[in-house]
Amino acid sequence: MDAKETKERIVGAPTLFAVWAALLGLTWLTVDLSGKGMAIFVLAAPFLIASAKAFLVVDYFMRLKYEPSIFRYIFLIVFGTIAVVSFLVYQDVAYRQ
Amino acid sequence: MSKPHDISHRDYTGAKLGMWLFLFTEFFLFFGPVLLYAVFRFRYPHAFIDASLKLDAGVGALNTVILLTSSLCMALAITAMQRGRKGLTLFLLALTVTLGSFFLVNKYFEWGAKFAHGLYPGGEALAGNADGTAIFYGLYFFTTGLHGLHVLAGMAIIIGAALMVHEGRINSTDFVKLENTGLYWHLVDVVWIFLFPVFYLVR
Repeated sequence: MDAKETKERIVGAPTLFAVWAALLGLTWLTVDLSGKGMAIFVLAAPFLIASAKAFLVVDYFMRLKYEPSIFRYIFLIVFGTIAVVSFLVYQDVAYRQ
Repeated sequence: MSKPHDISHRDYTGAKLGMWLFLFTEFFLFFGPVLLYAVFRFRYPHAFIDASLKLDAGVGALNTVILLTSSLCMALAITAMQRGRKGLTLFLLALTVTLGSFFLVNKYFEWGAKFAHGLYPGGEALAGNADGTAIFYGLYFFTTGLHGLHVLAGMAIIIGAALMVHEGRINSTDFVKLENTGLYWHLVDVVWIFLFPVFYLVR
């Protein structure tokens, strides 16, 4: 006999194909925008689009959206750490310029 | 009534939580070189832009499409397994591994072209260039090489999972190993989603 504490949600193929199409669209957009516009836009746009793509992969392909909320809290701690470390490094580099 | 020792308890949440924690350590592994890239791009902006322009964004975009499609196949394979469609699961896993190998073949040709032009750490083409160019290519080869090793490891893990599906050890009622395999493969995809703009698009 098997015992499983939670029911696993099935993510349907139409949802997965829609996410894939959105990812391809965002890839086209980021290549098309590459090198265009003001300097700050050239730097920020690819990372903003990459973050949107990563969000789609993590939420739907990796199914974080359907996991218990503790997964999201840990995820936020990790990305909070990355944001803090990035900010501190930026401050240090800018100070030395 | 079943005896207590007949009960097989499976803690899916615990198994996946453990996998996610491992993936976060992997994410930090790639965060280090990307942070180094940011620091040195700040110091040598022109050398980094010139070096980036020598990379083929078309090949990078093609590899992005290949990995995104392989991620779709992996996610579909898990859905197929949950619905008990073993044959379809095996087909989708084979497709995922095939796409992973296409990615590596593209990377091989891309690296080969750079080596042919002496554009590698210690190569003759970089000897006369500004420091920033050598640092750019050092970071490029290290980070994409590390990512390539993860693609290779992911393909090996997927082949192992496919064998378990074939033997029935992964099935429609017990598939957490396939889910964790998928999580690893998607991480490889997420890392590439960030490496692509870092090296090919921020110009």
